[in-house]
Amino acid sequence: MGLITELLKGLRVTGRTMIRTITGRERYTTEYPYQMREKPQRFHGRHVLNRYPDGMEKCIGCELCAGACPADCIYVRGRENDPDDPTSPGERYGYVYEINMLRCIFCGLCVEACPTEAITMTHLFEMSTTNRQDAIYTRDQLLMRPDGSVPHMFPDDELADEKDLLTADGWVRATAPSGIAAYEGVQMWQGTPGPASWDPEPSQDERDRRSGTDGG
Amino acid sequence: MSWALWGIVVLRVVLVFVLLLGATIINVWAERKILADMQSRIGPNRAGPWGILQTVADGLKLFFKESVTPKKVELGMYMLAPFLAVIPAFLIFMMVPFGAPFTIGGEEVVLQGADLNVGLLFILAMSSMAVYAVVLAGWSSGSKYPLIGGVRATAQAISYEAAMGMAMVAVVMFTATQGEGGTLSLAEIVARQDGTWFGIVPRWNLIPQVVAFVIFMIAIVAETNRAPFDLVEAEQELVGGFHTEYSGMRFAMFFLAEYVNIFSMSAIAATLFLGGWNGPTWEGTVPAFVSAILPTVWFLVKTYAVIFVFFWIRATLPRLRYDQLMTLGWKRLIPAALTWIMVSSIAIGVRQFGVPWG
Repeated sequence: MGLITELLKGLRVTGRTMIRTITGRERYTTEYPYQMREKPQRFHGRHVLNRYPDGMEKCIGCELCAGACPADCIYVRGRENDPDDPTSPGERYGYVYEINMLRCIFCGLCVEACPTEAITMTHLFEMSTTNRQDAIYTRDQLLMRPDGSVPHMFPDDELADEKDLLTADGWVRATAPSGIAAYEGVQMWQGTPGPASWDPEPSQDERDRRSGTDGG
Repeated sequence: MSWALWGIVVLRVVLVFVLLLGATIINVWAERKILADMQSRIGPNRAGPWGILQTVADGLKLFFKESVTPKKVELGMYMLAPFLAVIPAFLIFMMVPFGAPFTIGGEEVVLQGADLNVGLLFILAMSSMAVYAVVLAGWSSGSKYPLIGGVRATAQAISYEAAMGMAMVAVVMFTATQGEGGTLSLAEIVARQDGTWFGIVPRWNLIPQVVAFVIFMIAIVAETNRAPFDLVEAEQELVGGFHTEYSGMRFAMFFLAEYVNIFSMSAIAATLFLGGWNGPTWEGTVPAFVSAILPTVWFLVKTYAVIFVFFWIRATLPRLRYDQLMTLGWKRLIPAALTWIMVSSIAIGVRQFGVPWG
């Protein structure tokens, strides 16, 4: 008889789960290509090379990102700016800039190493290609357009998330410098062109309040 | 035999065949959907509305796949086994009446593949035959996992068929008291469950034979090699068990046989214990064709209720260990079935002849 009662106990669990799933109370699946999840603000996606609001490139070709890269996937060559028609405000600009996305581990050390906030990470993560050559992103694919949008590998694809394309510079904007409380809510970020203007990252307390958890 | 009679017989057989294939398509999909719901998932939803064509897509895929024949197989048995699985599965359902008999042009048509007077024995025989398919598939594959699966199938089938047969004995004994003489014909067993007790309780065998019903349910789950008794195919231990070495259409036939067996066995459970196609038809108050079709609807409702329990149990219970399976079969179910036969026959005897000291 113990056998039967144990069986009924188990059946109760699955039966309840079924009813809750059918009524939608316990359905957790996000049907991905059709429903996108809200990504965390500090999400490490593919990189972007930013511009200043006046259209100048931020990259000065210093190669610090390449030096910081633990996976050795960044290749940069700098070149002197033309004094009459400068590409960047500094002496030099990055005229070759390549990132091998197959080697990149998306650690974000390049972003931290960059002295001018030129390289940042977007929220884009759909980067599958059908050959290795396409996985090496060149300057053309990485550099932000003058209007502030990010070039996408597959602009016509339904996976191209327009919102994420426009908000190019994800997590640098989100980071309060050194985590110092005094910088909470302060925008420490030099702007980029286009509509990409986010509010500064909310404080930890604020985020806990919004997500309704105790931070655990 | 007139041509019309022939036509009716052929039509019946084709009808059963189509019903089983259609039911299988629905059942595979329904199982995946229900399992998904019970596990907070979504389940197949790509092919057709709510993914209902998923089985058709899977079937087509298997149909066009290569049927690989490994080098070490015993070719004759290897080829024969899938057919041995499918044929008994279909034959079992031939015995089940799935609707009320009706008259067309002076000929009475029974909605049943064939009404044998030894229907129940035929069902037992065919479900034993189905085991041969598993054993032969396991042995002829010339590979270790299928062999273990096949050996397990033999032992499992023997243990649980005994319990299943004895549960049926109790029903047959009870049915004999419900009319003139005993019967093994399923049509007759259904007919004797017509009506109600005290005006409200349906005269189903379930109520007086509830213990037999529980034993029968456990036994048919084991008989169809379904979780938690699916030691025969046990994916985690035996890869795929007896069908490890099968692919393409031959694998599809095993798959088909499994689901046809589920449907047939559930139909038999509904027939023996839940009154088969009996149910209110509301003749006169609803259009004539509705009352004509209602018995079949009742039959399907009852069958699917049993099938749902199959799926429910699969979603709930983990697989039994082999010795637990044997313990449950020999030490619990068979003694329980024997005891129930004794209790049941004493009760029947007392009702017919009075107490011996009275």
